[in-house]
Amino acid sequence: MTALDLAFLAASVIAVAGGVLAITTRQVVHAALWLVVSLLGVAGAVLILGAELVALVLLLVYVGAVVVLVLFALMLTRAPIGPDTAHAPGLPRALAAGAVGAAVVTMLLSVLIPLAGGWGATVDRQSADSPRVAREIFTTWVWPFELLSLLLLAALIAALAVSRIQRDAP
Amino acid sequence: MTAFIAGPNGTADFSDTPLWLSVVKALFIFVYLLVSTLLVIWFERRVIGRMQQRPGPNRNGPFGLLQTLADGMKSMLKEDLKPANADSVVFTLAPLITATMCFVSFSIMPLAGDVTLFGHRTPLQLTDLPVAVLMVLAVAGVGIYGIVLAGWSSGSTYPLMGSLRATAQMVSYEIAMGLSLVSVFLYSGSMATSQIVQAQESLWHFIPACFAFFVYVVTMVGETNRLPFDLAEGEGEIVGGYFTEYSGMRFAMFFLGEYINMFTVAALATTMFLGGWQAPFGLPDNGWWGLLWFTAKLWFFMFVFVWLRGSLPRVRYDQFMRFGWKFLIPTTLLWVVAVAFYVAAKNNWFGGPILQIAGRDYSLAVLIVIGVCASLVIVASWILGDRAERRAAERLPQIPVEVDPFAGGYPVPPLPGQRLVEPGAADDAYAATKEVSRG
Repeated sequence: MTALDLAFLAASVIAVAGGVLAITTRQVVHAALWLVVSLLGVAGAVLILGAELVALVLLLVYVGAVVVLVLFALMLTRAPIGPDTAHAPGLPRALAAGAVGAAVVTMLLSVLIPLAGGWGATVDRQSADSPRVAREIFTTWVWPFELLSLLLLAALIAALAVSRIQRDAP
Repeated sequence: MTAFIAGPNGTADFSDTPLWLSVVKALFIFVYLLVSTLLVIWFERRVIGRMQQRPGPNRNGPFGLLQTLADGMKSMLKEDLKPANADSVVFTLAPLITATMCFVSFSIMPLAGDVTLFGHRTPLQLTDLPVAVLMVLAVAGVGIYGIVLAGWSSGSTYPLMGSLRATAQMVSYEIAMGLSLVSVFLYSGSMATSQIVQAQESLWHFIPACFAFFVYVVTMVGETNRLPFDLAEGEGEIVGGYFTEYSGMRFAMFFLGEYINMFTVAALATTMFLGGWQAPFGLPDNGWWGLLWFTAKLWFFMFVFVWLRGSLPRVRYDQFMRFGWKFLIPTTLLWVVAVAFYVAAKNNWFGGPILQIAGRDYSLAVLIVIGVCASLVIVASWILGDRAERRAAERLPQIPVEVDPFAGGYPVPPLPGQRLVEPGAADDAYAATKEVSRG
């Protein structure tokens, strides 16, 4: 086990622990913060794998914008300090959610472990440095990429339109 | 073209840099920033003092240089207050996030070229990444949490409002900031800071990327919550904003974070637009000389920060957001598209003949792109300027041309553009008021 393996393991443990705490905590803002910890762990793991562009974009978009917007929305509506027990799910719902989560994890693992070379599978490994990521995005995947940005633009304009309608109605 | 994108992964050479030397460099950057912060707080108070025709702090040490040190000691000795219904863990965490994240971005700033340090030849830059500038933006994104959490965890209304403002402000101005940097990436063909400095050897980027430079300077003031954009603090409106409930050393950490963030954005501006550590007018900039020029450019921006604070009033929140979303972001997007076409034409990716004008080579495509952009700008400014003028004319209050200065019983001077009614009539009106007052 090399130092990089250890660092990867540490980052993964942080990511998983952050994720677990994010869904078990009773405080809404703390849940968002644990989500940040989890995302930082994922970014660290990706960074250790040598894809610094993906890691930084993960930080920039998810930590720097998405979770900040989540916090923003929480503060605009209500952000109580202290545990929020009014919205606690009952035991049956928690168990059902746990079962669904476990099923998803099993499915992902059954696909990802052979892909990562586990269970005796042979994998053709390719480097994922920034020039290669850039080349792939702007050659092979350029149309899906542009379609995605068009979709986001449509969502943005739709959100604006919805907010306008609500203002005019009363 | 090969020279144009010579090293997309940065030109800094760290082959002769052992790990302990990196630690020494990290310590050097830390001390450099702390000393700069001590000095800039004194500098700001003195310069603001001069602008307001008063001496500023001048008691502690020569020229009052030790004033910041005295203030720091005072902060340490103050009582550490915490509101009763604050979220105690997050309340402590928030100033720590601010005070630590602000140092991180400086690790990719090239303070100078190659220097000899303890017998090793090494660039005066802690590290270099192929996507270094993205790291600065990402770290700024994490740094927002310090402000957001400080406001929320205080458990009080004004800090919450301050942090809401700060969040909206920093998230929206970061978009314009990132877009303004894109044109620099296009010009230098790299996101590594060392390569960007190399690319400015013949011409600093603030000339070819003049509009991006303007946008960056505006957004860097917005991003650091400085006047005229310090809406998150807004003393006159929301007490002290996000740090209302903080005192003592916790408050000092926010203070430190704010000033080091100023240095970070100024260092990024220096590196991206003003040629980094390179000297102007062919003066020497090899080795340690680079640090001098880098510091001088940094302090130029510090002066601009202080100057803005001394001369501009705080903008209103809706004006600030409208300016960011409706002006800065769309115009910067157009600028990026224009620069992309220009760079593509310059690299001759469109083909076309090369023309010889006054002994220099110009590709026809470059001339066409410049001509199209210039004519679009002229047409747009013509149409938009016309519309703005009409709107301004509509907004002006309708002032009657002739006024009676004694209409209200008291003499009133005319407004600009107004004319007094005939003197005879005014005298009559005056006499009438006299009679009325006599009863």
